[in-house]
Amino acid sequence: MAIERFPVEASHILMFARAVGDTNPIYADAEYAASTEVGGIIAPPTFGQSSAQFDPNYFLRPKPGQPWFGSGKEPSGIKREKKEGESSGAASGGLHAEQHFTYHRQLRPGDVLRGTELPGTTWEKEGKRSGKLVFTENITEYRDQHGELVLTARGVGVRTERVIES
Amino acid sequence: MALSTSQTKVGDTYREQVVDNLPRTQIVQYAGASGDYNPIHTDEIWATQVAGYPTVFAHGMLTMGLTGKALTNFVGDGRLTNYGVRFVRQVWPGDTLTTAIEVTALRSEGGQNVADVAITTTNQNGEAVLTGSATARLDP
Repeated sequence: MAIERFPVEASHILMFARAVGDTNPIYADAEYAASTEVGGIIAPPTFGQSSAQFDPNYFLRPKPGQPWFGSGKEPSGIKREKKEGESSGAASGGLHAEQHFTYHRQLRPGDVLRGTELPGTTWEKEGKRSGKLVFTENITEYRDQHGELVLTARGVGVRTERVIES
Repeated sequence: MALSTSQTKVGDTYREQVVDNLPRTQIVQYAGASGDYNPIHTDEIWATQVAGYPTVFAHGMLTMGLTGKALTNFVGDGRLTNYGVRFVRQVWPGDTLTTAIEVTALRSEGGQNVADVAITTTNQNGEAVLTGSATARLDP
């Protein structure tokens, strides 16, 4: 996804580290972080994924005035007939198959990133439990406010014919 | 503490339990931090009645984040140059996950000493949920 402006902020890093259960003070304590080799708070290795917060149209976030496909009064807020043979994965946007990060440098509070999407490939595979699997790759390069490449993220999503239960 | 070239050997291993009895609320906490509110992770009614899963399950990226904690605890802060994973099995509420890391190569990259590591995170049944690899800079 293209991200126009992804400001990296200390409070967001703190919340993200909490969510992954990481109590390392390098993500939370500026005074401690200043005394270490890295010299200040840095972001945890998977933090780049939270660029979704800064995609105004990100489809997996409820938005005011728009129907949300999760439950409310009904199990789904969007009425749509499930087509014969259609996957559940399609209803939820598919599953995440792979994720790769290349760190050109560490992300730090104060960085303002811009994400540019590069063309990825698509391929198919026959799965034992899930039927036909369709894989889609997406590559995003994040550059800072000086135009320096800081993070490359490569994700692979998969859509399945059948629900995979474990 | 980062790894040093002189004290790191191919075959060195590290293990860490990265979550115990994963609560549904931690999955919601991750949704809030990452911005991915997919109801397949956050909405039991939608996940079971509409999507047809037995319950909600964790974001793959939560498992990668939990695993990343073990990884940085092993290689040190700010040392990673690459970290990549495959999500091989779903992670469900109540799962207890353990990450195992093994040094697979020591080499030079761009004039710096680096270590390649193999990563596997398994659940309480010993089933792999995530496999991957990473590269980290070493102290001289």
